[in-house]
Amino acid sequence: MTEYTQKIREIAKKLLSEGKVDVVIGFREGTVPLMAEPCLVSDPAGVDQLVFNSFCGVNLANYLPRRKDRIAVVAKGCDSRNMAQHIAENQINRDQLVIIGAPCTRMMDRRKVAAAVDGKDITSVAEADGRLTVTGPGFEKVLDRESVLQDNCAICVHVNPVLSDEMLADPLPEQEKDRYTDIREVEAMTPGERYAHFEELLSGCIRCYACRNACPLCYCPTCFVDESKPQWVGKSIDPTDTLTFHFLRAFHCAGRCTDCGACERACPVGINVRQFTKKLEKDCKELFDWEAGMSPDVRPPLDTFRPDDPGKFIK
Amino acid sequence: MRFLKITKNDWARGVEGLKDSFRVFGPVLERSHFNFRPLEKGQEPDFSFRNTRLSPKSTVYPQSEILFTYTLDKSRPDHHVHKEPPRDETPRAILGIRPCDAKAFGLVKLNFDTPEYKDPYWLSAYEATTLVGLACDEPCSACFCTSAGSGPFDEAGLDVLLKDEGDHYLVKVLTEKGGKLVSAAGWAGEASGAEKAFVDGAAVAAEKITSFVSADKLAGKVTNQLHNAKFWDDVAFSCINCGTCTFLCPTCWCFDIQDEVAGTDGVRMKNWDSCMFPLFTLHGTGHNPRGQKTDRVRQRFMHKLKYFVDRYDKGIMCVGCGRCVQHCPVNIDIRRVCEIMNEYEPEPETCPA
Repeated sequence: MTEYTQKIREIAKKLLSEGKVDVVIGFREGTVPLMAEPCLVSDPAGVDQLVFNSFCGVNLANYLPRRKDRIAVVAKGCDSRNMAQHIAENQINRDQLVIIGAPCTRMMDRRKVAAAVDGKDITSVAEADGRLTVTGPGFEKVLDRESVLQDNCAICVHVNPVLSDEMLADPLPEQEKDRYTDIREVEAMTPGERYAHFEELLSGCIRCYACRNACPLCYCPTCFVDESKPQWVGKSIDPTDTLTFHFLRAFHCAGRCTDCGACERACPVGINVRQFTKKLEKDCKELFDWEAGMSPDVRPPLDTFRPDDPGKFIK
Repeated sequence: MRFLKITKNDWARGVEGLKDSFRVFGPVLERSHFNFRPLEKGQEPDFSFRNTRLSPKSTVYPQSEILFTYTLDKSRPDHHVHKEPPRDETPRAILGIRPCDAKAFGLVKLNFDTPEYKDPYWLSAYEATTLVGLACDEPCSACFCTSAGSGPFDEAGLDVLLKDEGDHYLVKVLTEKGGKLVSAAGWAGEASGAEKAFVDGAAVAAEKITSFVSADKLAGKVTNQLHNAKFWDDVAFSCINCGTCTFLCPTCWCFDIQDEVAGTDGVRMKNWDSCMFPLFTLHGTGHNPRGQKTDRVRQRFMHKLKYFVDRYDKGIMCVGCGRCVQHCPVNIDIRRVCEIMNEYEPEPETCPA
């Protein structure tokens, strides 16, 4: 990944010095192991803080809506799809963006890494040749990086950016993968079992809205749960209100979600929030042969009609 | 000061016995992490934790709490009457609380128990609670308690302090409340000379802390200059304004009051709130004095590291537990922000040319 870091710095420096962009949005080294912090650089002298590694899981498309300046932004496959989605939804103009495409070698899940060392305190990590060496007081463990990928990254079929103006490397091979085994398990449940499953899934939710706020799709000026005149949803941790929030949010992401995993990655209490959005993603795939964010020029399925939609229910 | 030595069998038996006279809370493994939960009969607190994901503040200060219920239905004899639900003021005990989290209760108390105002909900729960701490022998790399006014063996907020000695615990009884709990548990074996074990243990644990903040110059800063400093945009850039930091924090105390009404019947409740949320400061007029993300991020850090410092003269409103550092989804680090604030020097004012 160091080549990516080097190239990002070079490109950022060039774009800023030549006045092609006002700012560069990328990542800087985290203050704790297994993390990187999104950052904004506007001075060519500041580009050396930019890095790229396997912990750059935050979706940078989230930082684009409503910006008025010219932006260079680092984009993994999923980030670029959300940028395409933003362009289609008029959240940002294509000509404001210089997309620095990063063919993605898939991001690692810091909580899986922590679990793999039984929750021990990790003080440093080093990555080489598909392995992650994790060290802490009195221990060192080598992990196969495949075993600690974010769940969404493990099944990702679009690691390459769909839009880019600069590329950090040649495109990587895409995998073929059955993306919906977990969703089919939920679909096979009886309604009663399924409701119990959802209740159990959300039982630890603290309504912090990290899932929503990490999501590039959630750019509404006022989210329905924050409406106060009138108030639609209760604000306590009442299970019905909590379920309402998660269900409605998922429906609002239908046909728009790229399964970037930002929601799940952000959740401080480890809820598999993607269980909801993925079901809708699967429906969109099956009913409309639709994958979100593959092009900025095609209208998403829920705000358009196509005579060749595969789903027969609408004809 | 009394010192006891109890075997792990005595401990387990005592914990079970306590449940007759206390509501007992302890760390419990949930999914991938620990939280403090009420312990059922036969359930032991799981002390294999480093610290819990959420702070134990909810044991005294639940995320949602009903203040009263009411009905406007005039056919009912109790219409238009505030009915407070029976408040559970029976003694409760938190077993295995980390010293930093116990210290946090003391900071929160400064706000909920003032000469002018007393929060009856928080205060009655707090007064009913006995805090049994578990000394931190292995502090985490993100812990900075020793430079945040606490420490791995800090006794400030505790009634009892336990030190794990492998096959037994050494127990330091710190308050009268602690003495009562120890008696109720039937723990008796006096341990002479145990004081040294605590002193030595505290020194060894403090040595293991590798992370620090400097907060010594914060009180001397001019509030407005700090408020108007240019660094806030950079600090706030990555923030997504979620409530992770505030909800996991042991010292964040803000709440919102809500009415939930169905037909003619209603409930008034308080819920944790977060200064990260735009709704936190939204006025009835629609105006929001903290309308931008930077305003909200600045508020969180200014409150913890400047306003609180000035208001109470008790140090920073942070005990260095490291939860926000570890779990912020975008890696905003209070240690870094504290450093920036502490080192901040205003640019010299110059006349426009």
